[in-house]
Amino acid sequence: MKNIRNLFTHEAQTALDKTGLGSNRRDFLKATGALIVGFSLADSETLNAQERAAAGSPPAGQVDSWIAIAADGRVIGYTGKEELGQGIVTAQVQLVAEELAVPVEHVTLIYCDTSMTPDQGVTSGSQSHIANFNHENLAQAGATAREALLQMASQKLGVPVDQLTAWDSVISVKNDASKKVTYGELIGGKKFALAVNKAAKRKAPGEWKIMGTPVKRVDFPEIMTGRMEYVHNVRLPGMLHGRVVRPPVVGAKVMSVDESSVKDIPGLVKVVVKKDFVGVVAEKQMYAAQAAAKLKVNWSAGTGLPQDIHDWMKKQPSRDALMVNSKDTEQTLAGGATKVNATYKYAYQMHGSLGASCAVADVQGDHATLYSPTQGVWHQRSSSAMVLGLKPENVRVIYRRGSGCYGINGSDAVTFDAAVLSQAVGKPVRVQLTRKDEMAWENYGFAFVLEQRAALDAKNNIVAWEHESWSPTLGARPLYTFPGNVVTGGLLGFPSQEFKPGPATEPTRYTNNLNSIPSYVAGRVGDKDQGAGTIKSEKVLTHTVASPFWTGPLRSPSRIQNTFAHESFIDEVAASVKADPVEYRLRHLKEERVIDVLKGAAKLANWETRPSPKPGNKRTGVVTGRGVACVAYEGDNGYTGIAVEAEVNQDTGKVAVRKIWVAIDAGPITNPDGLRNQAEGGALQGMSRALGEEVTWDNEKVTSVDWRTFHSLPLGFDIPKMECVLINRPDEEATGAGETTITVIGAAIANAIYDATGARVREIPLTPERVKAALSARA
Amino acid sequence: MALTIKVNGQSHSVDVDPSTPLLYVLSDELALRGPKFGCGLGQCGACTAIVNGTAIRTCVTPVSTVVGKDITTLEGLGSPEKPHALQQAFIDEQAAQCGFCVNGVVLTTKAFLDKNPKASEKDIQQALSGILCRCFSHTRMHRAIGKYAQIAKGGAR
Repeated sequence: MKNIRNLFTHEAQTALDKTGLGSNRRDFLKATGALIVGFSLADSETLNAQERAAAGSPPAGQVDSWIAIAADGRVIGYTGKEELGQGIVTAQVQLVAEELAVPVEHVTLIYCDTSMTPDQGVTSGSQSHIANFNHENLAQAGATAREALLQMASQKLGVPVDQLTAWDSVISVKNDASKKVTYGELIGGKKFALAVNKAAKRKAPGEWKIMGTPVKRVDFPEIMTGRMEYVHNVRLPGMLHGRVVRPPVVGAKVMSVDESSVKDIPGLVKVVVKKDFVGVVAEKQMYAAQAAAKLKVNWSAGTGLPQDIHDWMKKQPSRDALMVNSKDTEQTLAGGATKVNATYKYAYQMHGSLGASCAVADVQGDHATLYSPTQGVWHQRSSSAMVLGLKPENVRVIYRRGSGCYGINGSDAVTFDAAVLSQAVGKPVRVQLTRKDEMAWENYGFAFVLEQRAALDAKNNIVAWEHESWSPTLGARPLYTFPGNVVTGGLLGFPSQEFKPGPATEPTRYTNNLNSIPSYVAGRVGDKDQGAGTIKSEKVLTHTVASPFWTGPLRSPSRIQNTFAHESFIDEVAASVKADPVEYRLRHLKEERVIDVLKGAAKLANWETRPSPKPGNKRTGVVTGRGVACVAYEGDNGYTGIAVEAEVNQDTGKVAVRKIWVAIDAGPITNPDGLRNQAEGGALQGMSRALGEEVTWDNEKVTSVDWRTFHSLPLGFDIPKMECVLINRPDEEATGAGETTITVIGAAIANAIYDATGARVREIPLTPERVKAALSARA
Repeated sequence: MALTIKVNGQSHSVDVDPSTPLLYVLSDELALRGPKFGCGLGQCGACTAIVNGTAIRTCVTPVSTVVGKDITTLEGLGSPEKPHALQQAFIDEQAAQCGFCVNGVVLTTKAFLDKNPKASEKDIQQALSGILCRCFSHTRMHRAIGKYAQIAKGGAR
């Protein structure tokens, strides 16, 4: 048996060490009763991709897949939702602690290891709370386990369940604390062997002792003192160092590789070339880096890159979708008393993780162990198996933290890189991408063009709203079967998911998952209004085109771009009829939770009711204005209203946000400080994206490849003052929260620029050049 | 070639090319987890260590230039059980998200405030002008640093 030290995250290991559960896998399993299924894949050919991927994962319907009680009574939780910096591990520790009635210190959480934890797909898309904090999975397994423990205690003590109370792994009789039994005595080291019971009663928010409180991040003592093991810190015996050599320009192919060009590099182990994938392996990291820089590769010319991406997109064959269509907008737009039209643009942006991505692979014969910062260990297992030509059940993917990713950064690609290089040398290989490898080849957030058309009636209310957008796609997450969705798979010759242009069909069900539908329309599909607003004449048409760059989800994918356009446009319409931006929004909203966050932000900001622009501002020098925006994220997955105060220097075009006010509603709040942290970070990250972040390129290659050419606001900038109000809704379902403030701040800033100057900037990022151009265009 | 470097108060003999970036020596040879590879270009701060009282970027510093000097990494300040006051301030203020940047933020602040105990908020801001945090935990980090700066002014470090 292998020592399990490397199987667990560092904090889990530390916690396990304290339990004295032993340090090998067999002892651990014996002591915890953890369920590890050896799965025979006799029928693998007949399983679809998802089933194949799930082969070997603990079944989600079993309590033992989620909860185990150690012999000492300690509670162990298993989850498929991992820590990316968003605080979800601490939140899940709270959840398990609450349901099992133990202090947080007595919970160990094991997350995202294909041999240990249930397959929960990816940790992304503001889905973790929805998946694990409502009526299934971890929450429901916890409730089932607690009820089972109480039942067992009832039998053992001969006292009815309603006379028992549980705390800190001890169940005792309410009136006689001397009558008691511990979790360890009841089931320590054994399996529950129970199905997750849908009828088991979750602890009600009113009874919460641990949920709903600002429990401090369980991982921070290690992070702050440099003890946390990130994937960058994984070290295996005999491990070598790999680097990759990416093409110099987009679309270049390998013509030939001159291995003699690196023969002098000390400790060079191998040059690996597979189709257009090129990598090197050396004994030491410096020599791997030197070899990668020095290796002479003869590349073909690239495929060239379009220049005006926004104009270009509108001319491409597109895959179209109608989200809502009342089929009368042509007439209602033509018949309106007043019409307002505008076109907005959004740049390609990148995840730009602080740490260039890294992974460690150990491929030995027909088995592989991958230490990966991927958001989806199960996807990674199946797609890596394809890359390696191995059976998925012979590949184990163990999540190790990377640098914050905000979506699909280089994590999945670098895991393939490490796997390929390790397989080529038969030893463990660690691959560290360079800053340029990361930035030139990641799956960027989508560029967008968004057109808005509205008609107003004689009372200045909007009676028709048409929205049409164009955005590009190439690749995505690798999912179970598409390694070609990211650069490494593409270089290895795997296809990306097929893109097929095609016309739209009439919508048959309402979804606002991408926030393509503005909050102000009725959202009628069939005979039901399901939108957040009141405008009955509505049409939303989207066009997706093939992208010259890899694309993928970047925090609030498509939602941020659509919301920038919607929340800028409603402001423009309000200004055109000299209405207050908050009041005008409220006139067209009917969804209470959007109304509440909008009002909440306005109240916090001491919003003064008046139209924009602000009266009395001079046309030169520095002026101040205010802006507002709101969103029902994905239609129903978190709600945020935001107001900002911004300064615009009309001589330089520079914008500085001075104050931010946020109202946020994510249902019942698990951890108020964690929610606040997400809201704050999202707002500032969104501000950096709105003001300066933009992927740039020339005729053949990306030119934003480091922190001099891609502009992220540093720790040293003038940070705006920020106030947040958290709206707790204990009776609602838990929703996502981490992508809401980032979604609204761009429009709020653009609206504040307009309020300050009367100039409308319709393109993100709101660079000084664009602000100056808008200022010059003022009437 | 064997070189001897002093890290967190301990001497280590390492057999590396003298031109090896200090970062690789700290993370590969000594298995330290504090210093991190961010950009390899000296642009983000993630690899920071304190050398003879000055915060430096280890990704662009050849190991040969720090022989005989006192090198401190994030591990050298404090431990999870007994964090340094600055680390404690970061824990108290919950001042991080993914934590990848913490090394650069904490060590740059520490070295700066050691030399400039009376620094103003603006001075500190200036000192951090070359440090990135992509999760944008800026507000909390400045709050934590402000708290520590108060303690530092009082001399209780």
